[in-house]
Amino acid sequence: MPDRAFGIETLCLHAGQIPDPATGARAAPIYQTTSFVFDSADHAASLFNLQTFGNVYSRISNPTVAVLEERVAALENGRAALACATGQAAEATALLTLAKSGDHIVSASTLYGGTHTLLGVNLQKLGVETTFVDPDDPANFRRALRPNTKLLYAETLGNPLINIVDIEALAAIARDAGVPLVLDNTVPSPYLCRPLDWGADIVLHSATKYLGGHGTTMGGVIVEAGRFNWGNGRFPEFTTPSPGYHGVVFFETFGDFGFTMKARMETMRTFGPALSPMNAWLLLQGVETLPVRMDRHCANALAVARFLADHPRVTFVNYPGLPGSRYHALASKYLPKGASGLLNFGVRGGARAGERFIEAAQFMSHLANIGDAKTLIIHPASTTHRQMSEEEQRRAGVAPDMIRMSVGIESIDDILWDIDQALQASAKA
Amino acid sequence: MDDINTLRRILGENRVIAVVGLSADWHRPSYFAAKYMQEHGYRIVPVNPRYAGQPLLGEPCYASLRDIPTPVGIVDVFRKTEDVLPIAEDAIAIGAKVLWQQIGVKNRAAQDRALAAGLDAVMDRCVKIEHGRLFGGLNWVGVNTRVVSARRPRGLAY
Ligand SMILES: Cc1ncc(COP(=O)(O)O)c(C=O)c1O
Repeated sequence: MPDRAFGIETLCLHAGQIPDPATGARAAPIYQTTSFVFDSADHAASLFNLQTFGNVYSRISNPTVAVLEERVAALENGRAALACATGQAAEATALLTLAKSGDHIVSASTLYGGTHTLLGVNLQKLGVETTFVDPDDPANFRRALRPNTKLLYAETLGNPLINIVDIEALAAIARDAGVPLVLDNTVPSPYLCRPLDWGADIVLHSATKYLGGHGTTMGGVIVEAGRFNWGNGRFPEFTTPSPGYHGVVFFETFGDFGFTMKARMETMRTFGPALSPMNAWLLLQGVETLPVRMDRHCANALAVARFLADHPRVTFVNYPGLPGSRYHALASKYLPKGASGLLNFGVRGGARAGERFIEAAQFMSHLANIGDAKTLIIHPASTTHRQMSEEEQRRAGVAPDMIRMSVGIESIDDILWDIDQALQASAKA
Repeated sequence: MDDINTLRRILGENRVIAVVGLSADWHRPSYFAAKYMQEHGYRIVPVNPRYAGQPLLGEPCYASLRDIPTPVGIVDVFRKTEDVLPIAEDAIAIGAKVLWQQIGVKNRAAQDRALAAGLDAVMDRCVKIEHGRLFGGLNWVGVNTRVVSARRPRGLAY
């Protein structure tokens, strides 16, 4: 009997966890322990040599965290995953596994601010240089390639500008260059888009957002497709003996999950941004209902986008699910089930009107997160991008009157009501 | 023949694994895999002319499959793809039950020959990884095992 290819809704509930062998517990047990006993000196030696699978210390692996890792790997149709304490930690862990001092990265310029800083400032300090390019023309990535380029980086659906990248075009450029395509798939979640199926090699998540889905828990995940040939000459660290492990060759020994093993056993083990078992468990509760939440987020966001497009107090709306959006064709191709819950729009009257809109909201929460079940709003010009001049803000794609909204799963009539009354209030000086 | 149920049956029914091309170097994949299977209750029979007559992993090493005096279940091949066909013939001759070509080893003629002789045949997979995937262990390093089940496993994986 051939193995069944289970649907994503089934995988959200079952992948990575079978009833606990010790107790029969159906829900994933929380293994809240730092360490695991060895059976014997030989067992300990085998574990430290990576000759056998097993848990040693929860900075490296933990059975509750492993459920989340395998589940997200399955949802992304990947080979293996590594969970991290936050989305930023997932990015840092993945990038530090791929690039070292003297290496180069080509990245989309349209990124979450923290990621832009990680690439442009912190990795720069470690000697890894990043060239930022406009992702609307994929050829910009090809033009920026150098002999020491180690990866291409982008967000599937960019935060906060709500742009969509052409995954297949980027994957083709990465393939020709012999480097992996690394995509942050936080905003679509694997329910709406699986970049590995379109040719990406590594996917990153801030699980803090839709995967967890309730605004309670920080987390990040790195997923590897298992197709990249690390033996192509550009990645000697994968094909030569690892000094950290007395000569283990990661690509040869672990094959199609060699990247994940290297990230876990070298980068995670030494830098240490591990996810706690309790947080993994909280995130798992969210993942179970990801499909039903995402359907509602998408439906509500589309309704909000249509409402805003017709509203006299609104100057523009960016939502790739609207037929007028410049990203509508890419959305139809890569996000056929819906364009997620993120949108931005302009409030007539400029920056002051934007601030008044935020202050007048009754239940839409003014905060910096996205991907909560609750509706969230922020006015970037007066918060996240406040330190920039108006000219700098415009160059970063932040209009003075722009509001970013993460549309929640409240009653749609209530969301539209709160938006409308706040827009009316924004007109009153 | 490499669906989950078939692989579970193959690894459940057979307890003796002849490892062709086993290295004595502890950080080589063949040594990793053989040591792991030994720790999980399988008897390993090393096959490698370089070490014939010496013990490897505490077991006597033989120059060829045909020299092994006891019955063999799985013939696990760590050799170049082009060298596998004669090994398949030897496996058939000694009455082995399974021809297992390791990850990266993909000799289709050898696979077909083994199947025609009534053996089970697996190609391009690692015995250790498949054991860890189907009986537990591999899941602890975040690998997508593709196992979906509401049944409590009978054995503990370690
Ligand atoms: C697209 C995207 N990637 C990564 C991150 C960083 O994740 P975390 O906040 O979990 O560190 C964020 C956070 O806002 C994000 O929006």
